[in-house]
Amino acid sequence: MRWRPPQWLRTPGAVIGTALTALVLVVAALADVIATTDPFATIGPPLTVPTAVFPMGTDDLGRDLFSGVIHGVRTSALVALGVGLIALPLGILVGGVAGARGGLVDDLLMRFSEVWQVLPRFFLALMVIALFGPGLDRIVLVLGLTSWSLLARVVRAEILSVREREFVEAARAGGSSEWRILWRQMLPHAMPVAIVFVTLLLAQVCLIESSLGFLGLSDPNAISLGYLASQAQRFLRVAWWMWLFPGLALIAIIVGFNLLGDAINDRIRGRR
Amino acid sequence: MTRRYLARRLLQVPPAALVILVGAFLLIHLAPGDPILALAGESGDAAYYAEMRAKFGLDRSLIEQLAVFVGNVVRFDLGDSYVLGRPAALVIAERIPATLLLTGVALALASTVGIAIGLVAAARVHRRTDVAINLVTLALHATPSFWLAQLAILTLGLWAGILPVGGMTTARSSATGVAALLDVAHHLVLPVAVLAATEVAAIARLTRTGLLDELSQDYVRTARAKGLSERRVLVRHALRRALLPVVTVIGGRVGHLLGGTVLVEAVFGWPGVGRLLLSAVQARDTPIVLGVFLVIATTVIVANVVTDLVYARLDPRIRYA
Repeated sequence: MRWRPPQWLRTPGAVIGTALTALVLVVAALADVIATTDPFATIGPPLTVPTAVFPMGTDDLGRDLFSGVIHGVRTSALVALGVGLIALPLGILVGGVAGARGGLVDDLLMRFSEVWQVLPRFFLALMVIALFGPGLDRIVLVLGLTSWSLLARVVRAEILSVREREFVEAARAGGSSEWRILWRQMLPHAMPVAIVFVTLLLAQVCLIESSLGFLGLSDPNAISLGYLASQAQRFLRVAWWMWLFPGLALIAIIVGFNLLGDAINDRIRGRR
Repeated sequence: MTRRYLARRLLQVPPAALVILVGAFLLIHLAPGDPILALAGESGDAAYYAEMRAKFGLDRSLIEQLAVFVGNVVRFDLGDSYVLGRPAALVIAERIPATLLLTGVALALASTVGIAIGLVAAARVHRRTDVAINLVTLALHATPSFWLAQLAILTLGLWAGILPVGGMTTARSSATGVAALLDVAHHLVLPVAVLAATEVAAIARLTRTGLLDELSQDYVRTARAKGLSERRVLVRHALRRALLPVVTVIGGRVGHLLGGTVLVEAVFGWPGVGRLLLSAVQARDTPIVLGVFLVIATTVIVANVVTDLVYARLDPRIRYA
C-alpha cells in the first residue's frame, strides 16, 4: 500500500515548513554528533574560506563555523522549547478558565492579560539582563512569562465558541465536573489554534534570542546564531561566509516555524 | 466614537502603567546585591550612596519605597547615569529626536510601501507577480533585521559605495542649513530602509489577505456590476475596509519597531536611544536602562490606545459595550 500524506501536508508551504522544522529539531537533538568539534575551540587557520574540511569556513579566531552554526541552532531550539513550555500551559490555563467560567473571573483575567500584552518583551529582556547579567535561563523565563497573554485570548475565544454546543451540554447533563468538561471536552477543541499560535510565537522568540545574541547579551557560555552574525560585522568585506551561514540558519528556523503554523492554520480553517 | 468608549479605553492606561512601574521596581529589588548598587553603581562614593538612599527611601519599608519610586519616576527623576554622571532623564531626552526621526520615517515608509505592495499582490492574485511578492515578503518577514542591515552595508555601502554605512552626519563636516539636512538624509537612507523592510513585509501580507477577503463580498460584486473600473473597485471600495485591520497592526507593531531600532542603531552607529540603551545595558547603568524601558513602555501603551481610538473613529460599527 502506498503511503499517502495527510491532508494538511499537501501544499508546498506545509511540506517545506514541516521539513525545516523537523530538520531544526534533528540538528538540535544531535548537535554533538553532527558537529564533533567544540564551537569555541580554535582548530584551524583564521578566516578560511569554506572547504571540505571546514564546510562553512572558520572565523577570525580559527573556530569552525559549521560547528558554531549547528550548536547555535541547538541554542535557538532550546530557548524556543523553554519558552513554549512556559507560555503554552499558562496561556491554556488562563484562557481556558476565563472562557469556561465567564463572568467576573473572565473579566479580571482578561484585564490582567491586557496589561501583559502591551509589555515590550525585548526591552524587558534587556532590563533583566542589565540587572541580573546575561544567561539563557532568564531569557527563557522573561520571554515565557510575557508571551502567554495573546495565547490566553485565543484559547478563550475558542472555548467561548463551544461553551453552549451540544456535546458540552451533553457532558454537563451527564454530570461531569466543570474541570472535567474543560479538560476533556473544550480544551481539545482549542488545542489546534493554540498550537498554531505557539508555532508562530516560537519564530518570534528565536528572532529575539538571536537579536540579544547579536547585541552580545546572550549567554556567553552558549553559542548563539546572533552572536556568530555579530562576529561577522568587522569582516564583512573579507569573510562573507561568517555573515552568510548563521543568517541562513536563522532564516531557515523562522521560515520553518512560520510555514508550519500557516499550514496548520489553513487546515483548521478549511475544516470549518 | 462614543464618549463612553473613549473613557473606558483611557481608563485602561493607569493599571498598565502601574504594573510596568511595579514590575520595574520589583526587578531592581530582586536583582542580586544591595539595590543601592543597582541604582547608584558600584563605584559611587559614600556621600552619593547616602544621597541616593535618601532619594529612593531605601531605609524605609518596601511599600514606602515603592511610593517614593513612583513619585521619582513621575517627576522624571531617576538619578544620575553612573557612566555619564548626568541626570538620566536628560541624557535620554537628548537621544530621543534621532530615534524619532529614524522610526517616524521608517513607519511612514513601511505603511505606504506595504499597503501599495499588498494592493498590487491582491490585484494580481495567484499570478506571477503575486507569487513573487509572497515569496519575497515571507523571506523578509523571517529575516533578522541585523542580518539585513549587514547585507545592506555589504551591497549598497561597501561594494557600490554610494551610501554612508555609519553615523548620522559626515565626520568633521562643517555643512550648515540645507547641506546639513541633506547630509543627515543621506545617512538616513540605509537605516530607514532596513528598519522599514520587515514592517513592509508584515503590512503587505496583511493588506493582501484583507483585500482578498473583501473582494469576495457582495458589495464588491455590486460595484463591479454597476460598471466601475477594477482600479476604482479596489482602491475606493475594498481597500477602505481592508485597511481597518492594517491600522491595528501598524499601531500594534510600534513595540516591534522600537526593538528593531536598537539593532539598526547598533549596526549603523545611529546616535539614538537604542544605542544609548545598549551601552547602558553593557555597563549595567541602571538609571538609563530603567528610564529607556519606561519611555518605551509608555510609548507602546500610548500607541495602542491611539490605534484603538483611530480604529473606532474609522469603523462606526465599533461600540465598546
